[in-house]
Amino acid sequence: MASTASAFCLNTGNNAWMLTSAVIVLMMTVPALAFFYGGMVRAKSVLNMLMMNYIAAGIVGFVWLLWGYSMAFGTATTGINQFFGNPFQFFGLQGLVESAADGSASSFSPLATTGVPAFTVVAFQVTFAVITVALITGAIADRMKFGAWIAFTVIWATIVYFPLAHMVWAGGFLGVGGFISQHLSTPIDFAGGTVVHIDAGAAGLALALLLGKRKGWPKEPMRPHNLPYVMLGAALLWVGWFGFNAGSEGAADGTASRAWLNTFVATCVAMIGWLATEKLRDGHATSLGAASGIVAGLVAITPAASSVDTWGAMVVGLVAGVLCAIAIGIKYKFGFDDALDVVGVHLVGGLTGTVLIGFLATNNQGAWYPTGAKNGLLYGGGFTQLITQIVAALFALVFSFVLTWVIASIIKAVRGIRFSQDVEVGGIDLAVHGESAYDTIGARISSEVE
Amino acid sequence: MTKLVTAIIQPHRLDDVKSALEGAGVHGLTVSEASGYGRQRGHTEVYRGAEYTVDLVPKVRVDVLVADEDSASIVDAIIQAAQTGKIGDGKVWVTPVDDVARVRTGEHGAVAL
Repeated sequence: MASTASAFCLNTGNNAWMLTSAVIVLMMTVPALAFFYGGMVRAKSVLNMLMMNYIAAGIVGFVWLLWGYSMAFGTATTGINQFFGNPFQFFGLQGLVESAADGSASSFSPLATTGVPAFTVVAFQVTFAVITVALITGAIADRMKFGAWIAFTVIWATIVYFPLAHMVWAGGFLGVGGFISQHLSTPIDFAGGTVVHIDAGAAGLALALLLGKRKGWPKEPMRPHNLPYVMLGAALLWVGWFGFNAGSEGAADGTASRAWLNTFVATCVAMIGWLATEKLRDGHATSLGAASGIVAGLVAITPAASSVDTWGAMVVGLVAGVLCAIAIGIKYKFGFDDALDVVGVHLVGGLTGTVLIGFLATNNQGAWYPTGAKNGLLYGGGFTQLITQIVAALFALVFSFVLTWVIASIIKAVRGIRFSQDVEVGGIDLAVHGESAYDTIGARISSEVE
Repeated sequence: MTKLVTAIIQPHRLDDVKSALEGAGVHGLTVSEASGYGRQRGHTEVYRGAEYTVDLVPKVRVDVLVADEDSASIVDAIIQAAQTGKIGDGKVWVTPVDDVARVRTGEHGAVAL
């Protein structure tokens, strides 16, 4: 999606679909992800978890309009701009109009070919930036200072997310015609396996390591305080994800339909895979397992949504469901407190989907991949695409992990990054937000102050 | 004299215990949510593969003030209504009470029951 001025002809059908997608992808962060995570934390810090998600939407939303869109979808060239766009090219969305001053139809819309205005692309893509930042909150639950989190969202979006989106989706380093594309093949990341999930997962890992464990973990029980919230959040994520994946086609065409169906079937199979793994290992098929399996499947199919056939989508879902159900045990082995399994679900799920493309990519059955990509190993394309996918996945992982570590270390040195133990043990909601989520005996109002 | 009958029961037996007490002529009772463990020592729950031991199991506590001579039959009524025969059914005990007063009228003793 390179930004070049060209004749623009509005396609109302495509535009309607993209505006709709933008709305339901926003729903994935607020309320879906917020409640998915909120139900998993303890009752004394559920408001803080919701707030970290809501504030991510608030902050990243306006930063995106100021310089984020410009950095992500500004013109890509071979120099430094293959890594990020010029923040001032479209600063505050200036110059991003469908009609030039002289009345001629010209457009900088990355979706000009499908008749979708640039402003719609801005709207659709801001919801991606928001949820990628919000995903990280699962790793830092119950201990990261609220102010430090706000500072982190601005810096991380600017230094990590906008550049990676530029590299993959705007014709940069990892995109169509970029460096990897010229030397191997074009990496396939339809809707954000690298940009969103490996990116957020690696950042979550870095933050969990830097913050340290919650007090008492893993000895004290920290079971989810409201599983119905988790189930509700997961289901809303599932619905919103159709905007995420089918919307990433940028048009209401057959590839969007392919992506929709792949997204659906992979998620069904992933839920079953996770539940079967649990039933065999722990003896129960749990509601938390169903919710987690849904998300694992959605994550894994995200990069592959357009470029696999029905069988491929089922394989992606099954492998993701089983693998993520196993991967959530990693944190106990290595002793890092990734509280709500951002690593186990998003990093592992993102890697699963991104690498499986190397085996399963095809353009049969209405599937599609970008120019310069190849069929996967199992579809007669040889090893090239598999190597490309691994390179892209590792690049995103290392890029995000290292920069996150640097950003968080600086914030830690400047203003501190972790709550005092009093706040953490006593409950963040009351100490930081001055509120209690539930009217229980311990938190009942005894008198109102006039 | 007055006795306080206290019963710790399975939450799902509360409705039966309530009707049994009504049948036995009890006019009022106090119910509270309680948690604890006896010989069964709680249970385990598994969340994303991590096993948690939940040693405080949810229970319901029923407190009834009764006349001395009724206490034995009330205890029997509670046991009959609350019993499932499985581990974790709870306990009932009886304690002597020095005095009872009705807050609305200030009456003391048996009339306050």
